[in-house]
Amino acid sequence: MSVQAPKRRNQVVFPSESEYRGQLNRRRRKASAFQFFCLAMLSVAVLALATLLYTIVNDSFGLVAIVNENDPRDIVAGLGYDPEATSLQDVSYDELVALLETTVSSGVGRRLEREQRFYEDRLVFEDDGIWAEICASDAPPTGCTSAPRDDSNVFALVQERVVVPDVIASNQLIPSLLDQDAFVQEVVAAFEADRFPDYTIDQVTMEWRAWFNPTFLFTPQNSTPEVAGIRTAILGSAWLVLITILFAVPVGVGAAIYLVEYAKPSRLNDFLQTNINNLAGVPSIIYGMLGLAIFVRVFEPFTSGAIFTDGVPPSDNGRTIVAAGLTLGLLTLPVVIISSQEALKAVPDSLRHAGLALGATRWQTVRSQVLPVALSGILTGTILAVARAIGETAPLILVGAATFITTDPTGPFSKFTALPIQIFQWTSFPQQEFHNIAAAASVALLLLLLTLNAVAVILRNRYSRRAE
Amino acid sequence: MTTNAKAETGKGDKPFRKRPRPGELAIRGFLFLCGALSIATTVGIVYELGKESLLFFGDERVSLVEFLTSTVWQPQVGGFGIWPLVLGTLYITFIAMLVAVPIGLSAAIYLSEYASSRVRSFFKPILEILVGIPTVVYGFFALTFMTPLLRSIVGANIVGFFNVLSAGIVVGILIVPLISSLAEDALRAVPDPLRQAAYALGASKFEVSTRVVVPAALSGIAAGVVVAMSRAVGETMVVTLAAGASARNFALGEDPLLGHILNPFQGAQAMTGYVAITANGDLSYNTIDYNSIFAIGLSLFFMTLGLNALSRRFVKRFQQVYE
Repeated sequence: MSVQAPKRRNQVVFPSESEYRGQLNRRRRKASAFQFFCLAMLSVAVLALATLLYTIVNDSFGLVAIVNENDPRDIVAGLGYDPEATSLQDVSYDELVALLETTVSSGVGRRLEREQRFYEDRLVFEDDGIWAEICASDAPPTGCTSAPRDDSNVFALVQERVVVPDVIASNQLIPSLLDQDAFVQEVVAAFEADRFPDYTIDQVTMEWRAWFNPTFLFTPQNSTPEVAGIRTAILGSAWLVLITILFAVPVGVGAAIYLVEYAKPSRLNDFLQTNINNLAGVPSIIYGMLGLAIFVRVFEPFTSGAIFTDGVPPSDNGRTIVAAGLTLGLLTLPVVIISSQEALKAVPDSLRHAGLALGATRWQTVRSQVLPVALSGILTGTILAVARAIGETAPLILVGAATFITTDPTGPFSKFTALPIQIFQWTSFPQQEFHNIAAAASVALLLLLLTLNAVAVILRNRYSRRAE
Repeated sequence: MTTNAKAETGKGDKPFRKRPRPGELAIRGFLFLCGALSIATTVGIVYELGKESLLFFGDERVSLVEFLTSTVWQPQVGGFGIWPLVLGTLYITFIAMLVAVPIGLSAAIYLSEYASSRVRSFFKPILEILVGIPTVVYGFFALTFMTPLLRSIVGANIVGFFNVLSAGIVVGILIVPLISSLAEDALRAVPDPLRQAAYALGASKFEVSTRVVVPAALSGIAAGVVVAMSRAVGETMVVTLAAGASARNFALGEDPLLGHILNPFQGAQAMTGYVAITANGDLSYNTIDYNSIFAIGLSLFFMTLGLNALSRRFVKRFQQVYE
């Protein structure tokens, strides 16, 4: 017995040749299976990105079945041009306005003119006397003060009021490319099932439509997806970014300089640092609530612009660009502070010592020695933070970005809409056409962010090269 | 030089005395104020959310006990129990973690332990792009791609147009890069001698990764996972667009657990979703709806604060081990 026991243990510790090979193979298989699994998971992430981009592009282009109330070719022919050579877009401003004058009812025309006038020097629909009267009233319409309409604006009006396109069915890009007939049959079947009682099938034209196109970018918002654009949203976002940068960058960089260059370890400064880290983790929607309670409500006299004018404030409440911009600024602040701190910490101490040893004060050292070196690092972090702010939607919903605004924002105290708000709004409508323009707006937003990120990457590369 | 000049102008007998510099002091004061603004922000958040929440609980239609215990959220008829909204939030977060933890962790292990620098330079930017995409675009993706996909796989009669599963999966995709980058940092911070010792004992790369490196980095990884969880809890747009706008009221013990309470194929409003939907449009002040979003917001704030504090505790533990 006592002899056998060690023998059995020997067998366990030293397996036979074949057992040894078997074990080794098992271990190898396990290892390669694990490696494969990890790679597969990583690929899932890549696949997710690819699918997301595919979805957006797929919805931004495709075949549509369209019914025009008035065929643009007939309109062009009616104006005396050759419809083969001239498109409606080539027609001059004056002719388009004349076209509107003959087509639109005078009531609608007056409303359009009060919204924004057509000519600086004369009125098209309104009577001069009445116009002077309503402009002198307590609540003059926007047309009294704003600049006259431009080419793209009037073209959009003609599209909306004269041509009146109605997309009755819309197909996505890939299905359109792969099987064009299926979509045609679908439309025919829909007509046979009497789903479009207002139209006959002869009126329908099938055409390729890029929902993401230059006209889309430069046309103001509209309630019909066929003629809607994102001009107002882009301008709104631009204003927001401007205010965010003006607020968050000086304050954020200032706070970072204080924490890195001035603050000695103390309870207060530790608390400051912890607090900033905490703020970076607060969900954006909570900043939205803060903005609603403070900027929109408490600071209403300021954010509605009332304290800057004696009479009528630019906005009747605080749900304006400046309130939203400051909210986004607060949201961006912790990120700007943290990334600027990192950039400042990366500056070698020898620079500071040299500056101080020459008798410069701390601020002189910071301003002329430390900041120039840290600048591109700070810029990179700031651009990334601002890029994040552009895409934020939840805080804007909270501070009350209006979803339906057709006039350009005129200043920091006007009501506004923004790109992400448009995407949100259009996505929440059930019709496919709204999803098409939501996708097209997403393409615009992603292109904008991509540009900003590319700038950040270029700056980062320059920075790391210089540091070497 | 300076001392001579001073002596000549006769300004004091202590030439190296610290001179007051008003400009320097003003700049220092301004910079401090910039930093102090962050404290003001925190105070503002706590004060405003707290004040409006107090108004909410002060309303005769609401009671704190009901808020914390009731499982019915129907503001229109005075049902103010937070649990249906918490259920929505936690359920979506749970599904998101089920998706994001395996993917994010495997991706981190691969990038840190296996990938050559060329493979890394291919995958890292892709993960960074995923971080940069606005959440509202993810919401669009959930509604127009993920939901139809689930409906065609599982069946349109089972899967609702708004459902928790689609929202959860997409929130999961959204936080994958967060987990993978934080976990990768933790894995790379594990000192190489640990790996070399394991290799010297004959371990394979798989064994080194899973039995030496991952356990060594565990608290760092846990910190990353908790941060991602906090992000998922606070995520708004995907949840608002894809999980629907009606709270899933339930009666514990009466409703079937999987058929209703935990049914992943039907919609359930989350806390953030309720806030966003209620605030959308002109919400008038001092109404019960207005106050209720602040009560929900305060609960959300404490949830994320708790998660972030937990994550920092993990990070501290991780740093203590290696410093």
